[in-house]
Amino acid sequence: MKHHIILRVSAKLLIPLILLFALYVQFHGDYGPGGGFQAGVIFAAALILYGLVFGLAELRRVAPLRIVTKLMAIGWLIYIGVGYAGLVLGGKFLDYNVLSDTPMTGQHLGIFLVELGVGITVASTMLAIYQCFASLQSRELADEEW
Amino acid sequence: MIIRLRNLFAVVMLSSVFSLLSAGLFVTLDAVDVAFTEAAVGAGVTTVLFLGALALTSTNEKPPSGHQIIPMLVMTGLAAILAYGTMDMPPFGQADAPIHQHVAPEYITGARTQIGIPNVVSAVLASYRGFDTLGETGVIFTAGAGVVLLLRAGLPSRRRRKSGDAE
Repeated sequence: MKHHIILRVSAKLLIPLILLFALYVQFHGDYGPGGGFQAGVIFAAALILYGLVFGLAELRRVAPLRIVTKLMAIGWLIYIGVGYAGLVLGGKFLDYNVLSDTPMTGQHLGIFLVELGVGITVASTMLAIYQCFASLQSRELADEEW
Repeated sequence: MIIRLRNLFAVVMLSSVFSLLSAGLFVTLDAVDVAFTEAAVGAGVTTVLFLGALALTSTNEKPPSGHQIIPMLVMTGLAAILAYGTMDMPPFGQADAPIHQHVAPEYITGARTQIGIPNVVSAVLASYRGFDTLGETGVIFTAGAGVVLLLRAGLPSRRRRKSGDAE
């Protein structure tokens, strides 16, 4: 990959924009199209592009598999935690109405947190699967071999 | 054209192009959420994973052994059954189709009055159907955990190094 300078320069330009767009899709999901699933895959796609262009070792430095696998569980636990928070605050499981003073803000908060959990799980799962596949490669393939 | 190809690299690339075209199709159907996912997963991440798998095997598919008539018959029959199944469906976009009568009107009004967010899809996904989404996230987590466990088990060197770190 060392000689692909156009690829590397354009990837460097694109990756921050893709990450920013993922965050936009995540946090603007209540108002525009999008949500946790979409934001998660876009975020992961940006980091996978980084790994493709700059190599797996670089991606490992940014997102170590040890941390990524933990984030997979943390995202889901955020979701379940929101569910139990509803129980603790006197509602039903996954009842967002009781999370805040008024039902409407409670719903906002609940959806925000739940989508955040989904986004974290989806992004880290994609990254973990990619890292597992990529680390199986024993040697670098020459361009002509494809 | 894809099924006639024997070069798997070309197959992966054409599938990726197909996914991207499907994403465009979803946009024209006003399903931008689905289009995001299709473009990012179908055209992007899946292609990368396929290529990663391809790098571990050979690039060309082996010529099939034996007859291909039986799979052809099975697939034709299945396609006929599926096409027959669509006969009873209401016409596309019909306003009084059953799917638009059941809970959809309540969701569409409720997203504004009960939940207060303009994106009905998010409201349904995260609030009305929150329990389903909890399960879906669990499925994704389980799939990821399965892949990590399976593929890292084949890498004894790293595991040894990790256990060495822990000691």
